[in-house]
Amino acid sequence: MEQITSLVQIKGIRDGLLATFADAPWEEQRLALLAQIDERPAFFQGARLAMDVGVQTLKVNDLVDLRDFLSERNISLWAVISESGTTEQTAQLLGLATRISKPRPEERKQTPEISDDTALFVNKTLRSGTRVEFPGNVVVLGDVNAGAEVIAEGSVIIWGRVRGMIHAGCKGDNSAVICALDLSATQLRIANEVSAVLKPPKDPRPEIASINKEGHLQAELWQTG
Amino acid sequence: MTSQVLTVTSGKGGVGKTTAVANLANALAMDGKRVVCIDGDIGLRNLDVVMGLENRIVYDIVDVIEGRCKLKQAMIRDKHYPELYLIPAAQTRDKNAVSPSDMVRICNDLRADSDFVIIDSPAGIERGFRNSIAPADRVLVVTNPEVSAVRDADRVVGILEAEEKGNPSLIINRLNPALVKNNDMLSAEDVLDLLGIQLIGIVPEDESVIIGSNRGAPVVTDAKSRAGQAFRNIAKRIQGQDVPFMDLDQQSGLWKSIQRITGRK
Repeated sequence: MEQITSLVQIKGIRDGLLATFADAPWEEQRLALLAQIDERPAFFQGARLAMDVGVQTLKVNDLVDLRDFLSERNISLWAVISESGTTEQTAQLLGLATRISKPRPEERKQTPEISDDTALFVNKTLRSGTRVEFPGNVVVLGDVNAGAEVIAEGSVIIWGRVRGMIHAGCKGDNSAVICALDLSATQLRIANEVSAVLKPPKDPRPEIASINKEGHLQAELWQTG
Repeated sequence: MTSQVLTVTSGKGGVGKTTAVANLANALAMDGKRVVCIDGDIGLRNLDVVMGLENRIVYDIVDVIEGRCKLKQAMIRDKHYPELYLIPAAQTRDKNAVSPSDMVRICNDLRADSDFVIIDSPAGIERGFRNSIAPADRVLVVTNPEVSAVRDADRVVGILEAEEKGNPSLIINRLNPALVKNNDMLSAEDVLDLLGIQLIGIVPEDESVIIGSNRGAPVVTDAKSRAGQAFRNIAKRIQGQDVPFMDLDQQSGLWKSIQRITGRK
């Protein structure tokens, strides 16, 4: 028992409880967590739980099962922090937070090197409530629906319609651009510039938004050859 | 035929989930199917009122889960269709009294003796919604042709996709063809374009729906009602029949012929 439970550490944070796992297969980590909970049910009763799963890759079913199991014990899973992009995306799809207010310890900063020519490729339509964040460029093959958000440190390219919110150059990069086949976003942001809807959503044509010489956000029709 | 669990959900409240459940259940019962409805809105129940069964409630779903009665005892038989039942929600409890696995267990118990189990999901994307979609074989998303309702439906579809619940079907409720014509309402095409899921029916705005709900007699039993016809068609499509979509412009036939003559659109 001692061995199993030492796989998981539970500590109190400002937003409830945080479970941190030692390196092990997910099944073992999961059992260790459940063992801890069943050992001290009163302590966990009504708790808000965040998990730091490290590099563990979790699929939708893993998280759904765990969430249902926890909710039966009146524990609400609200955040999953991970270094794995897949896990982060899964958590976001399920409406779970992927960050807690306290910044993660140092190791967060040394995640793989992201250069100007690295991009996250999202091959689907982003529906309302989805949030994609990436410390580089983002390419979406699909629409960004109203209520969805894309936040990138670099540029954002959408091969589809944009109805949601796009923030390019979110760390202050003025040279970032936003391109889309139909740029009818509710709001665009590049670096610190914010612009409300740029044009009526009639007659969609490819556009590119950037910050002009005067320092304002501006969208222009895409000029072909 | 194997039993099917259908969950009707929407994200936004007030778009007609409960009305849709009551009408589809009655329509399926009219076609001779054995149907059980479950009100998933613990704490804010109203499917019983819309089905006109309010005064027959003795036990509810929480009584079943907590072992105070047998499943059969909580099933209220409909006034008109002996093969239509309702399992009411508890009014004095909240959503935490039920868990997703409770719902799965109840639905599995119901499968043996029914053709369709229809779950009326509460609004929102929290516990009650999770409970309602957990046992679903198929999800019907109800929306109104309104920007806010469509956005919430989009969110729900996103969650359903993430939970791998199969492709949901869309019911567009309370469409007013006159408003659409004047560009004052989103058209069915606009809604479909945005959500990108399969359409299973369009229900026109119809006063008799409200009258029927208040009387506890779902409009689907009214042979003259256009909304009733729309729900009957959806019930047929749920059973796998290919029913053409209604022409919602029917009443403005004169206007249409004028348009045809003058070549305007």
